[in-house]
Amino acid sequence: MSPTIKKRTEFLSLLFYALGGLVLLFIIAPLVSLYLSCTLPEIIDTAKEKEVQSSIWLTLWTSMAATLIFAIAAIPFSYLLARKEFPFKNVVLGIIDLPIVIPHSAAGIALLGVISRNGFLGKTAETMGFSLVGNSIGIILAMAFVSIPFLISSARNGFLAVPERLEKAALNLGASPSRVFLTVSTPLASRSIISGLILMWARGMSEFGAVIIIAYHPMVTPVLIYERFGAFGLKYARGVAVVFISICLIVFTAMRILAKDHKDAQR
Amino acid sequence: MLSVKEISKAFDNKKIIKDVSFDVNEGQYFVLLGSSGVGKSLLFEIIAGIIDPDNGMIMLDGTDITHKKIQKRNIGLVFQDNVLFPHTTVYENVAYPLKSRKVQHSDIHKRVTSLADDFGFKHLFDRKPLTLSGGESQRVSLARAVASEPKCLLLDEPLSSLDASSRPEIRALLRKMNGRGQTIVHITHDYTEAVSVGTHIAVLESGTIAQVGMIDDIFQRPKSEFIARFIGIRNFFRGHLQGIKVPDSNLREFTTADGMTFSVLVDSNGGNGYVMIRSEDVTVSGAMARSSARNQFEGTIADIVRAGPGMEVILNIGRDKPVNIASMVTSESTKELSLSIGKKVWVSFKASAAKYIED
Repeated sequence: MSPTIKKRTEFLSLLFYALGGLVLLFIIAPLVSLYLSCTLPEIIDTAKEKEVQSSIWLTLWTSMAATLIFAIAAIPFSYLLARKEFPFKNVVLGIIDLPIVIPHSAAGIALLGVISRNGFLGKTAETMGFSLVGNSIGIILAMAFVSIPFLISSARNGFLAVPERLEKAALNLGASPSRVFLTVSTPLASRSIISGLILMWARGMSEFGAVIIIAYHPMVTPVLIYERFGAFGLKYARGVAVVFISICLIVFTAMRILAKDHKDAQR
Repeated sequence: MLSVKEISKAFDNKKIIKDVSFDVNEGQYFVLLGSSGVGKSLLFEIIAGIIDPDNGMIMLDGTDITHKKIQKRNIGLVFQDNVLFPHTTVYENVAYPLKSRKVQHSDIHKRVTSLADDFGFKHLFDRKPLTLSGGESQRVSLARAVASEPKCLLLDEPLSSLDASSRPEIRALLRKMNGRGQTIVHITHDYTEAVSVGTHIAVLESGTIAQVGMIDDIFQRPKSEFIARFIGIRNFFRGHLQGIKVPDSNLREFTTADGMTFSVLVDSNGGNGYVMIRSEDVTVSGAMARSSARNQFEGTIADIVRAGPGMEVILNIGRDKPVNIASMVTSESTKELSLSIGKKVWVSFKASAAKYIED
């Protein structure tokens, strides 16, 4: 590399760093200002509120349940999408991404059409004696609907990266296809699967649009923040927001660290 | 024991494997020799059941296994590149086929330990495969492949990914396994490798078996120029042998397809066939010499290449069109005779060195 070219690329990377800094600032600044706008006693008081506590707990467990329940079907399905060719596969892949591109309030309305008392699923549930709307089951369904694409696409990429030869070798060593899936494919794709699970969980936790349409009550934290903002104003919404964001940050940092340990499983 | 019958397989209307048949008997070390890209690995995947053939049949011990599930075939396959499971330890890798077959825990431990003693990797039990050397992982791969005692073991270029220093060790291990009765089918593109381990050879040429036999048979009587070249015989001429001219003499004239005439010492009534001359038996000299060699030609040096311990000199002895003959020369002689490309020299070989094989 000649000195002038080197100088030019140095200038370019400097420019890119500057642009990157702006983007980072854009993300961090509102969060920092949110934290600075609350005093510590305010935050502690909010955290002590029964309503806030139960809403955070509800949000955490429903999003976790949505992730785990739907993972049972989504992970084998991702494997299928990674390994098999079938007619209209591209259409299927497009359908999976739909929840990401449609507005979440619209997604909520669409889902409501199926799970409300008049909907096909709702009716079935009604005859069995429970409702799918206005309770934690409805919240789980709404969360799963908008967040499942993240798990499927991440898990599919993970399975795609597993060399097929290893699966063939396992079959040759007398393993059944299900044993190959459980002992070779899934462990080797586990990093992507875990990060997909974390993403899905996170996405479900932060969901507002679809959840509010299916279940205003019981109140998940994003809905609680919205309600306090509407009823009492910015000042009252801030405290809940700060507590919830803090809990999210703690949980995800912990998950990332755990997933990182897992990364070295192959070495 | 293993019978492959008229197996064919095409991809995109292109036949990669055409009517391949061969039989491997119990305890044989059978080598499939062929250049890269002739579908050797594909043939193995068909035998192991990973890919279905378009036609043909595979029999193992008298039963048709052509459509048997891959995990039920009991044919071990060692892939060309190392396919140990990277996420588990060496011990778990070797135990994998036993666990798949639901062998009892204590028996698994016994078997893995005895294999480790035998193949020499007991000290590597807790290592992850990516930390092993080429020779170490090949030993583990072989142990894993035989852990559940497959009837037949397929090895796809087992030595090619190894560095030169660990090859002899693995070769010795393969011979030892075969010596104990393990039937082995081994794919390679390297005839020296085939000779060093095999008892029987099949030569694959563009998707079909060109010749099958004992190693010595094929080296004594290669059926085509392709096979002859493949097994390292450089001088191969197809042509016609004249009948007896002088009574009580075994000296005959052989005319090649290119119109060259060689003197050949053979007891035969003549006919169509071919003549092979080992390049070690061809002498290069600066001038025509009085010697017992019946065949002497003037030629020009077309090429000089380093080959094994010496130099291989390619000489054009044709009159109208080029006819090449190879001679193995020491590098000392190359210097003393100052051999160089384009130089005119004399080439000679004895009538007894020209080996005639009837078609």
